[in-house]
Amino acid sequence: MAVVFQKTKGLTDTPFHYCPGCTHGIIHRLVAEIMEELDVLDKAIGVAPVGCAVFAYDYFNCDMQEAAHGRAPAVATGIKRVHPDKIVFTYQGDGDLAAIGTAEIVHAAARGENITVIFVNNANYGMTGGQMAPTTLIGQETTTTPYGRKPEINGYPIRVSEMLATLEGTAYIERVSVYDVKHVMQAKKAIKNAFLAQIQKKGFSMIEVLSSCPTNWGMTPVEALNWIKEHMEPYYPLGVYKNTLEEVK
Amino acid sequence: MAKVLMKGNEALAEAAIQAGCRHYFGYPITPQNEVTAYMAKRMPEVGGVFLQAESEVSAINMIYGAGGAGARVMTSTSSPGLSLMQEGISYLAGAQVPCVIVNIMRGGPGLGDIQGAQGDYFQSTKGGGHGDYRLIVLAPSTIQEMADLVQEAFDIADEYRNPVVILGDGMLGQMMEPVDFENIQKRKRDIPEKTWATTGRGNREHRNIINSLYIDPPVLEKYNYQLFEKYAKAEKNEVRYEMINCEDADVILVAYGTIARVAKNVMNIARREGYKVGLIRPISLWPFPKEPFEKTVDTAKAYLTVEMSMGQMVEDVKLAVQFKKPVYFYGRPGGMIPEPSVMLEQIRKIAGGVK
Repeated sequence: MAVVFQKTKGLTDTPFHYCPGCTHGIIHRLVAEIMEELDVLDKAIGVAPVGCAVFAYDYFNCDMQEAAHGRAPAVATGIKRVHPDKIVFTYQGDGDLAAIGTAEIVHAAARGENITVIFVNNANYGMTGGQMAPTTLIGQETTTTPYGRKPEINGYPIRVSEMLATLEGTAYIERVSVYDVKHVMQAKKAIKNAFLAQIQKKGFSMIEVLSSCPTNWGMTPVEALNWIKEHMEPYYPLGVYKNTLEEVK
Repeated sequence: MAKVLMKGNEALAEAAIQAGCRHYFGYPITPQNEVTAYMAKRMPEVGGVFLQAESEVSAINMIYGAGGAGARVMTSTSSPGLSLMQEGISYLAGAQVPCVIVNIMRGGPGLGDIQGAQGDYFQSTKGGGHGDYRLIVLAPSTIQEMADLVQEAFDIADEYRNPVVILGDGMLGQMMEPVDFENIQKRKRDIPEKTWATTGRGNREHRNIINSLYIDPPVLEKYNYQLFEKYAKAEKNEVRYEMINCEDADVILVAYGTIARVAKNVMNIARREGYKVGLIRPISLWPFPKEPFEKTVDTAKAYLTVEMSMGQMVEDVKLAVQFKKPVYFYGRPGGMIPEPSVMLEQIRKIAGGVK
């Protein structure tokens, strides 16, 4: 019988622990498929974050290290400096990358560290039960902003892609989403470009993925996907913010 | 090569390179800055990597990544920097990543000052980070011993898959002494291959994972027991100390690192005055050497612990002596050096005029 579809070799057989309707699963699969397509699984070393994706080391079918909260870019730096010819990536959420790990991500980018970062932005701290993240939108209700995020108290959400794209060390930065098939396909292309940037030794690459959190947003999966499109995308415009690739595929 | 005259900070850096360390990550802080400067110059010469991190927090996590990837790695810092590294150190111990961490201590608490001090004994030996873990802590008292112990530290780290701390102080880091790199004193060991390192899967059938997360309590409990089996082995095999003139001693001085040198001179002066004084110098601060106290507790009248702090190691001395004999303390904090004359006075008082 002809095989028309099979699960990517980039993922293990361990079932995901993610909530129903959460888009982490899609993003995991895209990253894994790209690593398989680029034939780098045998030389990939991933770094898992603290946050919803804390068990990512159980899912990606390659060598992995589990980092402390926010420190994944520093851990990845250590790995890459030992194995410059291996493919090193981090997979981080918004609390991990844009709050506690801000110094690590900014300086990894500034150094032009030749690593790939998958940044999952779901506008809240998912694992700890839906607190305000640096990316929580103005007016958004979370357990720590029960009256909605107010600029006079909490300031403004951070646009990480735009911020990092100002740094000379960055090679490829794109913001994508996965709220429908078209955007899933675009996200896959973007992730491929990010890994290509690393393979071409161009420097730091990051893909920011606008992701859903139906559980903590208090929505059905479909409502949550619509919320990304209607509320997140206007504040976090999709697109390529930096591209130094030799040949965009 | 004959002996070379080197600063402690430079000697420890060179010793690391000679031990095969090719990856160093650090952040500037006084009084250890010669280490970073030496590494920045020397690493490119030997094809190694020197990287100045954006903080001690990042430096220790780069150590985690590089050590976990199988390299011999080292970082160095001074007291406030070591405080910042505690999170990473707990993860290093938890994930069993071998590495060498040098702390050239200065006066504290807080920003303190930049003179040599010994106020980080608790932090290093009792675990400054969270959770049940142990670090192997070695305290040299000469530049030669610094070079010896740094090289030994890499071997110990690899043998036990555990971070090893070299605990020096600003004075030891800054002073110059002759060092002989050709006759490094270290033990022969069977160092296991790093089959666990994340090097990329290659042809390996299984994936390697560096991790300290065990979400299931019984599993984490078991993992802790495994760690402590390893620590028990270290307690059995990695105890180091020097013991001088203790056979007939009435008063035994106890001191480590820089101040042990002063204590040794005081011991000699007291001996010339006719007092029977000995010295116990712990070299491994963890595991703490209990043996020299067991050997002397029946014959000695009392112990006098001298530290460049308000008294931290003295607690371990009391535990080792088990309250069978009095344990006195003299120390000065803040980067001030305990006075030999005060030590002598205390010895005379403790000896009670008996020579």
